[in-house]
Amino acid sequence: MSERPRIPPKAYARAAAAGLGGVVLLVLPFYLERFWLQAGLFAMAAAIGAIGINLLTGATGQLSMGHAFFLAVGAYGYCALAGDGTDGLAGLGLPGWLAAVLAVGLAGLAGGVFSPIAGRLHGAYLGIATLALIFIGQHVLFNAHDLTGGYNGRAVPPLNLLGLTFDDSELLVAQVPFGAVEKLWYLGLALLLAGVLFARGVLRGRPGRAMNAIRDHRIAAGVMGIPVARHRAAVFVLSSMYAGLAGVLLALVFQRTVPEYFGMALSLEYLAMIVIGGLGSVAGAVAGGIFVALLPQVLNRYAEALPLVSAPGTGGIAPGEAARYLYGAAVVGTVLFLPGGLARLVARTPIHRPSGETR
Amino acid sequence: MSTFAEFLINGLSLGSIYALIALGFVVIFRATEVVNFAHASLLLAGGYFVAVLHEPLGFWPALAAGTAGAAVVGAAVEFLVMRRHRGADHSVLAIVTIGVDILLATELTRRIGTDILALGDPWGDAVVTVGPVTIAETRIAALLAAALLITAFLLAFRHTSWGVAMRAAAESQETAALMGVRLGRVSLGAWAVAGALAAVAALFLTVFPTPGLERGTSLAALKAFPAAILGGLDSTTGALAGGLIVGVVESLATGYQSDLAFLGRGIGDLAPYLVMVAVLLIRPAGLFGTKELARV
Repeated sequence: MSERPRIPPKAYARAAAAGLGGVVLLVLPFYLERFWLQAGLFAMAAAIGAIGINLLTGATGQLSMGHAFFLAVGAYGYCALAGDGTDGLAGLGLPGWLAAVLAVGLAGLAGGVFSPIAGRLHGAYLGIATLALIFIGQHVLFNAHDLTGGYNGRAVPPLNLLGLTFDDSELLVAQVPFGAVEKLWYLGLALLLAGVLFARGVLRGRPGRAMNAIRDHRIAAGVMGIPVARHRAAVFVLSSMYAGLAGVLLALVFQRTVPEYFGMALSLEYLAMIVIGGLGSVAGAVAGGIFVALLPQVLNRYAEALPLVSAPGTGGIAPGEAARYLYGAAVVGTVLFLPGGLARLVARTPIHRPSGETR
Repeated sequence: MSTFAEFLINGLSLGSIYALIALGFVVIFRATEVVNFAHASLLLAGGYFVAVLHEPLGFWPALAAGTAGAAVVGAAVEFLVMRRHRGADHSVLAIVTIGVDILLATELTRRIGTDILALGDPWGDAVVTVGPVTIAETRIAALLAAALLITAFLLAFRHTSWGVAMRAAAESQETAALMGVRLGRVSLGAWAVAGALAAVAALFLTVFPTPGLERGTSLAALKAFPAAILGGLDSTTGALAGGLIVGVVESLATGYQSDLAFLGRGIGDLAPYLVMVAVLLIRPAGLFGTKELARV
């Protein structure tokens, strides 16, 4: 290994493609209309959340149906910490960036509080116990009126970071008016990139190996000296923090948080994302998140042009329902025909190995 | 005291319905080791069949048809989807049932829409008064029907060759297969039975005092999950005990809601989950579940 490994030409191609993709993503706010930027932001938030649940369910094998709860903790945590209390709801009036960071920490804390239960349960027991989180969460969101605004939810105070406020106060950049979504787009990109890199680092390093070992055989992993309980608790906290971050981003995009959104359907959506994308893979989580989040938006947009789909309330299949059919079928179909999900699809294309490599 | 008795009897009746649902859930788990998250949708399907058919057919034929229909849906899910995945990881299979659930639930809620469908049951809102205690006839019918079905099921489970095959498969799939048990049939049967039990449960979940079958009915059906889990996922006794506990707790929490006002509105719907979490903290395998033993 004294010789520096040669970089295969494919790697250059991939780097070039990634670079090109990055540039396209960076210039998109100058060209796309608000609708698509918002859809893109939903996709980014979904991707971040999906990475979180994929670390937990995909890489460590801990089935969680409670992901929506942690998203809610992030979203409402941000509102409560950043709100200034003028709307009659509890608010600490912290600066936006600090509130966002603390909200993510709060979601992690919620995960940590639940981990004594999570640590004792396995498989289906854990899945159904986490289902309890959803219902507890919904109950609190609807009833803790001072904190959450109850049924009608509460307005989300805009984020400000380094003197820049992420609201609709217009900022002209190269003749293009930048509103909330344009500014948030860059924030979302940065957060997603950081989230991807961090999760990849975790998965490729020692913790990732340990997590996979726990998934594949918990007892064998313990015998090999992996502190199973500690890793499971840690990954639960990490996954909750990802969910919290996704929740904060979603809240900023929606500009209003309502309790109904954080129900069981959302948790199922996140599970669908990681199955479609590929269990245990970061790229898969991102792909699945984008697919599931964009599907209803695209169908909504082109409802008139599509057969069988019609606008909500006109009797046919509404776009939201059509999207659910599609990703429900995608979950079943993925496991049937493409175990490993979209991530496997990409990896299956032959990878050129450098000739000198020995395994 | 009489209100307490009413709450208790209503709770037992509700609990026996949860036990019916949980029993189906446990049967599928024992036969195939798969957690069926599509169970609430199976129930909704059964209820929907009865609701649609009771006008042309009359109530009792509609109930029979709905039960058969839900059994067919369950069997179809097994035959078309689960069977293709046999041997895959069980948590992946659980997620497949979530996919099935999304499909079924979307279709059914789209059909039901915002309507509240009546199931045309013969009991209506009649009540029976015994001394100071007043109980709806539907609750008594539910209790009797559930007791009858559960007894019949447990007898079949113990004495028929189908039941023996099912129990053998639950003990060890491989050994059972070597002894000539057809695992495909066992799991098909389990899904069909679970569907049929769920359809009957759907009837009693939607009769008086509940307004009727609506899209939210599956949320009520979901409470059978905590019931099955707190009893122990692989135990039929556990499903019965869990169902009754969940039913009684829910009924008492709803009944004494005004005394529990500090916990917020709708605490009754939450109570089953809180009880489940509390039980799991003390007994992670549920009350009657097999403790996981590992030989290293």
